Amino acid sequence: MNYLEFEKPLSEIEGKAEELRALARGNKEMDVEKEAAALDKKAETLLKDLYKDLTPWRKCQVARHPDRPHCKDYIEGLFTDYTPLAGDRNFADDHAIMGGLARFNDNPVVVIGQEKGHDTKTRIERNFGMARPEGYRKAIRLMDLAHRFRLPVITLVDTPGAYPGKGAEERGQAEAIARATQKCLELAVPMVTVVIGEGGSGGAVALATANRIAMLEHSVYSVISPEGCASILWKDAEKMREAAEALRLTAQDLHKLGVIDRIIKEPLGGAQRGRRETVEAVGKAIEMMLKELTGRKPDWLIKDRRNKFLDMGSKGLAA
Amino acid sequence: MNWISNYVRPKINSLFSRREVPENLWTKCPECGTMLFHRELAENLNVCSTCDHHMGISPRDRFAAMFDGGIFTEVEVPQPLADPLVFRDQKKYPERMKAARNATGEKEAMLVVEGEMARTPVVAAAQDFSFMAGSMGMYVGNAIIAAAERAVQRKCPLVLFAAAGGARMQEGILSLMQMPRTTVAVQMLREAGLPYICVLTHPTTGGVTASYAMLGDVQIAEPNALICFAGPRVIEQTIREKLPEGFQRAEYLLDHGMLDRVTHRKNMREELVTILRMLMNQPPAIKGDLPAPEIKPVIDLPPPATPEAVIPEKAAE
Ligand SMILES: [Zn+2]
Repeated sequence: MNYLEFEKPLSEIEGKAEELRALARGNKEMDVEKEAAALDKKAETLLKDLYKDLTPWRKCQVARHPDRPHCKDYIEGLFTDYTPLAGDRNFADDHAIMGGLARFNDNPVVVIGQEKGHDTKTRIERNFGMARPEGYRKAIRLMDLAHRFRLPVITLVDTPGAYPGKGAEERGQAEAIARATQKCLELAVPMVTVVIGEGGSGGAVALATANRIAMLEHSVYSVISPEGCASILWKDAEKMREAAEALRLTAQDLHKLGVIDRIIKEPLGGAQRGRRETVEAVGKAIEMMLKELTGRKPDWLIKDRRNKFLDMGSKGLAA
Repeated sequence: MNWISNYVRPKINSLFSRREVPENLWTKCPECGTMLFHRELAENLNVCSTCDHHMGISPRDRFAAMFDGGIFTEVEVPQPLADPLVFRDQKKYPERMKAARNATGEKEAMLVVEGEMARTPVVAAAQDFSFMAGSMGMYVGNAIIAAAERAVQRKCPLVLFAAAGGARMQEGILSLMQMPRTTVAVQMLREAGLPYICVLTHPTTGGVTASYAMLGDVQIAEPNALICFAGPRVIEQTIREKLPEGFQRAEYLLDHGMLDRVTHRKNMREELVTILRMLMNQPPAIKGDLPAPEIKPVIDLPPPATPEAVIPEKAAE
């Protein structure tokens, strides 16, 4: 278990309980269970307390937690017959974006998402979930496939943002993102999105211009990272707590603003403490969102998606 | 000899004289250091006469030089919620807005107008970099949608001059949502079969580049304009290497296939007219000396003190 900075007191209690039990395993005479159970109880209370009212900055940290289920986990857990499809037919296959044909509840769909990787090797391979233009162009190609064969599109968003690199810029990062957003808006099939971790700016929008959008309870979705915002507006990257607060990037605020349609509850202590539960809850949400769209005519789906975005901005938040 | 020098100059001169810019004021070209008379610079559309460096130009001055007789009418833009997030950094968002309004005399970072260029009806929108770095918030989104709707209604093309530091952070997620919203605007034009020309000016960055600014039927940039998604500083910090000379500049993008053309500001109007008339299947515009339009040069316009200031309709008769 990786502990976040604000979970440090928790790590101490849980560590102590673990130590006691380890000791008892080595010495059969010792009876530590009562003491350990008391610590467990204490830990649970603390966990509840910590997660009861997470600040926006803490939510950012939870959203980036390395042990959270990632795109690959959802695809493995929720889809059958997953057949990855690769490449943009132009330059490369970008591993920051994965996707392909699959069955969801036995029905064929196209699933696409950003994958961050889970250890050093896979993180580098996946470029930490930061896609280059070829990633977005692969997504465009897959969305087009879905459109032509009338398959719903399901996207899973989890990215710090599009990759700010030299080659990415030279090959038209901005254009690729713009075209991906445009492709989302053209789809004559249902499209649903779940923000499972970080929804990082334009790099997220490119895969999230959908009919229905859900967010996990502790995921975030923002125009800029709190650190980036802090360094521009506060001229101090250390002011990320204030920036996270000001940006209103939590699922709860986005729901109030009418930007997303539903919030998916996470287990106590965040998705990382109940990975299977979380994957299942996301599956349920996808199922419900798709249900709202099945049987709708192509024109209706396009219009519904357009109006959703045109109507955004009519609701504000209180101070 | 040409249209611009004959009929537009009085308008530009009038703009400057009414602001009472003293004759002896100079601007130093940030590129070559040449001292330039304000009046001379304005007549040259804010382009350095020595090195051709393109400096910023306000939407109003640009439109004055672009439209026949310098005449254009503002298209109304629906006003969005003023401060949807109740955003506060070191200053409150409404305070920053007020400061920008006072500094520019404009109400927001985009101006949408309609008029004629060489008798070609167009709707035009220009982003104002001097207004909070031209940042794209809900107003800019509304402006682009209003521009597209007006173009569709009038069955005429849309020309959009982009310039932005990126998204309006103070509107958080709602500024980000302008990426899909403005893309819907571009779709409206496509469906109506109307041309959408995007002119990228210095600088066009971030979410603006990654939405409407890269979706033109024809993509033109002004020389040396910085055009990017991620800015050069961010990239240098990420990859820890120095970027090549001219990286992310208009000419570099042209070389990398991301643009159709790089066009000098003084040729922009004629080029736009030429392209638009072909795309609209109209006969060529009459070049050279056109008969004077039946208007007096607009000399005594009231200053654009109120953001609603509109060039009087009667001047267009
Ligand atoms: Zn110069």
